[in-house]
Amino acid sequence: MIMLLRKLPWLIGTLLAVSFFTFMLVGLLPGDPAVLILGAGVSPEAIVALRLEMGLDRPLLIRYFDWLGSALTGDLGRSPMTGELVMDAILERLPVTVQLGLMAIVLALVMAIPLAMVSASFAGSKLDRVISGIGFALMSVPGFMMAIFLILIFAVTLGWFPATGWIPFSVSPLDNLLNALLPALSLAMIELAMYMRLLRTDLIDTLQQDYITLARAKGMPSWRILTRHALRPSSFSLLTVVGLQLGGVISGAIIVEEIFALPGVGRLLYQSILQRDLLMVQGIVLFIATAYVLVNFVVDLCYSLLDPRVRYAG
Amino acid sequence: MPVNKHPTIESRAQNFARALQQVFGRGFGPGFWLAVFWLVIVAFCAMFADWLPLRDPLDPVIANRLDGPLSGSLLGADGLGRDILSRLVHGARVSVVIGLTAVSIGMIVGGALGIIAGYFRGHFERALMAVLDVILAFPWLVLLLALVAFIGQSLFAISTAIGFLWIPAYARVARANTLSVVQREYVLAARAMGATTTRILVREVLPNVILPLLAYGLVAMGLVIIVESALAFLGLSVEAPQPTWGGMISEGKRHLATAVHVALIPSITIFLTVLSLNFVGDRLRSRFDVKESNL
Repeated sequence: MIMLLRKLPWLIGTLLAVSFFTFMLVGLLPGDPAVLILGAGVSPEAIVALRLEMGLDRPLLIRYFDWLGSALTGDLGRSPMTGELVMDAILERLPVTVQLGLMAIVLALVMAIPLAMVSASFAGSKLDRVISGIGFALMSVPGFMMAIFLILIFAVTLGWFPATGWIPFSVSPLDNLLNALLPALSLAMIELAMYMRLLRTDLIDTLQQDYITLARAKGMPSWRILTRHALRPSSFSLLTVVGLQLGGVISGAIIVEEIFALPGVGRLLYQSILQRDLLMVQGIVLFIATAYVLVNFVVDLCYSLLDPRVRYAG
Repeated sequence: MPVNKHPTIESRAQNFARALQQVFGRGFGPGFWLAVFWLVIVAFCAMFADWLPLRDPLDPVIANRLDGPLSGSLLGADGLGRDILSRLVHGARVSVVIGLTAVSIGMIVGGALGIIAGYFRGHFERALMAVLDVILAFPWLVLLLALVAFIGQSLFAISTAIGFLWIPAYARVARANTLSVVQREYVLAARAMGATTTRILVREVLPNVILPLLAYGLVAMGLVIIVESALAFLGLSVEAPQPTWGGMISEGKRHLATAVHVALIPSITIFLTVLSLNFVGDRLRSRFDVKESNL
């Protein structure tokens, strides 16, 4: 609790800076938003009228505080292109992206933890080299390439999964999972390499500690040493990396959602950028960055909950 | 041992030879040289694309549409009948130029900021770290898409945007290394001898900080090529008709069911290039003993 209070000013400061940066990034885009909305060849009077209506005649800083004020109440404006409320548009698509991201992280962990455990306990062996080699190769594959070849193998050639499309979980849970599996897998394969590499190094380090030798001397079976004694201390750094890598998952989701035609936030962002829907872009970027900062803040707090040493040192 | 204030040319040459011996002396294994060989080919293609005896990468020959490899031309043709080999070679130019420029921008700007922050500490360091935290609060593709929308899609603009993404990472490494270098006796000695701040920064700090930065450069370049290809895949890298590897995959995606090679060949090219960069970078880094924890 004290930890929370101590870190709160930092969190608020970061979020303020993030919102300002987002506003400036989109606010300084070349081209008059009013002209962009109305299109070329409209009378100057109409443009001036729209500029007044959008409040574009006021100073940048005033507009920032105005925008921030309404953003805090959950109002990110209304897209002039689609007529949708930005916040509604994001919330409507959010479940897809969250499901995709969570499935990807879980899949990656489910694959990475056993592989890293095998790799670490036989460090230096042929098996370890093969596993590390696969991890190394996976790090050299762009996410979109992974997605395309998963489609090629599992959707086009084998026909096990649909290549594109999305069915909400509430309509048909099974179809939903079938549709989500390939996109989640293509995200997971990239994360997998990161998690595996880190966990392997960490485990090798942990396995050299005295208490592991003690457990061995007591005659504990090695799988039990690995799962009960070695994995837990190594899970701290894994947790941090999962939090930090969330940015990678979100970035990957933009591309993967576009390839698999999933109605998620990432695809919305991409489409909005193509259409130069500035208000929508601004809203989504703010939303994503805020979520990212908050999640990492929570990860930071979890860290101190799990490890008492951090709690008192900070 | 006498302190040699002005190293002679001979002793410098000896040092250089020793350094070379250290780096290349013991075997790297055939894999390393294979990777180097591939990178040399890619670099050669990027440099001499215009002079190589290849078909026009932009010329659509309808008769060749979706030709497989080894039928007429070495690697076949894409959905518009354009020669894939020629497009690969010309696409190499984009990847190599953006790879080099973006990493240089990140290294120079980030490195300079990091060294200054690590040396002078104080308000500047705190402000810089805060700004870097804010930049890192944006997922990379989100930031990149916004930047590209802002500064356009020319070769230089894309390089700058991707280079910008690398500034935080390089600034952090440079700062961390500077912090440890400044503690060393030779910096103290230089200061005691009355060396100016500029001289200390350039002659004492920089040479010791630049090695880890350079060692990380190749791996960074691999990541830049991945980022650029993702951007090209989304159609937001250097604009058509300039061929790019990512753009070729995007085009090949449409013919996945009928002509796999259109997407497969550029994919393999990207994979091999990034793999080679990672491999060579990793080996050099362990040879120079740059600790990963510094990054």
